[in-house]
Amino acid sequence: MSRVARAAKYASLVLASVIVLLPLVVLLFASFKTHEEYSRTGSLTPPENWFNFDNFVTAWTAGDMFRGFLNTTLILVVSLAGTVAVGTLAAYAISRFVFPFKRLILGLFLVAALVPGVTTQVATYQIVKSMGLVNTPWSAIVLFMGTDIISIYIFIQFMQSIPPSLDQAAMIDGASRFTIYRRVILPLMKPAIATVVIIKGIAVYNEFYIPFLYMRSPDLNVISTALFKFKGPYGAQWETIAACTMIVIIPTVVIFLLLQRFIYNGITAGATK
Amino acid sequence: MTSQLVEVRPAVTAGRRRRRPKFKHYPWLYVAPALILLLTFTYVPVGNMLFYSFHKWDGLDVTMDPVGFGNYVKVFTDERYWRVFLISLYYFAASFAQIAIALYFAVVLSFETRFRNLFKGILFFPYLLNGVAVGFVFLYLFQPDGTLDTVLRLVGLGEHTKLWLGDPDVANLSLAGTSVWRFTGLNFVLFLGAIQSIPGEIYEAAEIDGANRWHQFWHIIAPGIRRIISLSFILAISGSLSVFEIPFIMTSGANGTRTFVIQAYETAFQFRQIGLASAMAVVLLLLVLLVTWIQRRVLPDEEVNLS
Repeated sequence: MSRVARAAKYASLVLASVIVLLPLVVLLFASFKTHEEYSRTGSLTPPENWFNFDNFVTAWTAGDMFRGFLNTTLILVVSLAGTVAVGTLAAYAISRFVFPFKRLILGLFLVAALVPGVTTQVATYQIVKSMGLVNTPWSAIVLFMGTDIISIYIFIQFMQSIPPSLDQAAMIDGASRFTIYRRVILPLMKPAIATVVIIKGIAVYNEFYIPFLYMRSPDLNVISTALFKFKGPYGAQWETIAACTMIVIIPTVVIFLLLQRFIYNGITAGATK
Repeated sequence: MTSQLVEVRPAVTAGRRRRRPKFKHYPWLYVAPALILLLTFTYVPVGNMLFYSFHKWDGLDVTMDPVGFGNYVKVFTDERYWRVFLISLYYFAASFAQIAIALYFAVVLSFETRFRNLFKGILFFPYLLNGVAVGFVFLYLFQPDGTLDTVLRLVGLGEHTKLWLGDPDVANLSLAGTSVWRFTGLNFVLFLGAIQSIPGEIYEAAEIDGANRWHQFWHIIAPGIRRIISLSFILAISGSLSVFEIPFIMTSGANGTRTFVIQAYETAFQFRQIGLASAMAVVLLLLVLLVTWIQRRVLPDEEVNLS
């Protein structure tokens, strides 16, 4: 590669990195500034004191972020466990049993994957309401479990790569179908489960519309809705909003740095299905 | 729900005849939870939505007034409702930029590059961020005399500063730009993955034959990732029709940035016109299904093989 081309390549990469990082970095600057400092200095000026955590404390208490993280974690854990259980069971039946209407069921899952969730909320809301789940964490949990077709795909595809001879061997040893699922299939499914947990986990952590619509009570704030509440009353205090935004972003940064490889693989597997 | 379960029963007995008696009822038990969730939260809503769309209903009243196609007529004739479709065009145009940028960086980083993983991580990272956080990051960036204005002045483009979110002529461009910032990373990682799944020997063979980078791109990389690129365009169409989070969080649909989903949300949950909102949702759903159907015709799917 010529010198010019190489320079252009690195210049474009650096420029793109600046465009990605600058909006985040200036907000990080703002989150460490005092109110007086914020109004006095430009947004590109770093904070005078990098250990000024006052805004973080204000944001954490005013936004009741502890509750937000608690609710998010609760919903995350329950809906992930549910998705994995429901999805692997269905995938087990579909890939290992012959039964009537199997193709029809597969077709139902396939078509449902095309229905964008935002379009049906008008009607879904009435159903969730009639079940009495509005303003409970269960609304988000059942919706996260019930609208997830991608994970069933991932499970089915992965299960097809597990040789059926393993099932048969266990069956000869007298294992019941459920024991085979529990003891043979499920442990072998770990990579697929990891993929689903990662892509679904990120989606649930970031979800805004469902908690915003179904969990209006302040006790039920998840991190997205807790952060969103800063928009009105704190409009003039950007340093507090900045700190709260950082509180929401930091866990994502940590998870990304720790699980990079799995995240890339999970995203690729999930999106191309 | 009960009606579906009743219908299912005869199938169980049919299965009983064919399979060894010991495992007769199992498959249905395993599929039931997923199927019940699927029917309750996807198919029943779609059915109800169709039903609501032919009625005038506030969501609370026990009676609904049938209005025939009245709601649909309103969606297509009342400017407030069909105009929001046009806003999708901004996001659709932006997705071309997004795919082009993603493709450029995927190709660049598929060759030997210093700090490759660092650049890959930086480019991909925004996709993982919380939508509300992204909204706030860009609200801050676009503030009058905020970061963007400061940077423009710094590089001598001071006269181009605008009310990025306040001026209806630019607001949609700013929001579409935010959406590009947020989603380019996804396309980029998908393209990169597709490029890297092309076996390395092919490049080596090409290099021996004297192919330069451009030839390699055009004859090896491009055919290898054609499918994922077409898929990205299809997703871009349905994605730009159903934009919600970014404009809702950043401008609440003010200054001419109201999208179709924001309009449907307000119609349903603020003005309690469930019938009209359902008609909007049905139109959107049909559009998305149409686009997907065209995709299946144009681009036969070789990967989905589940039976």
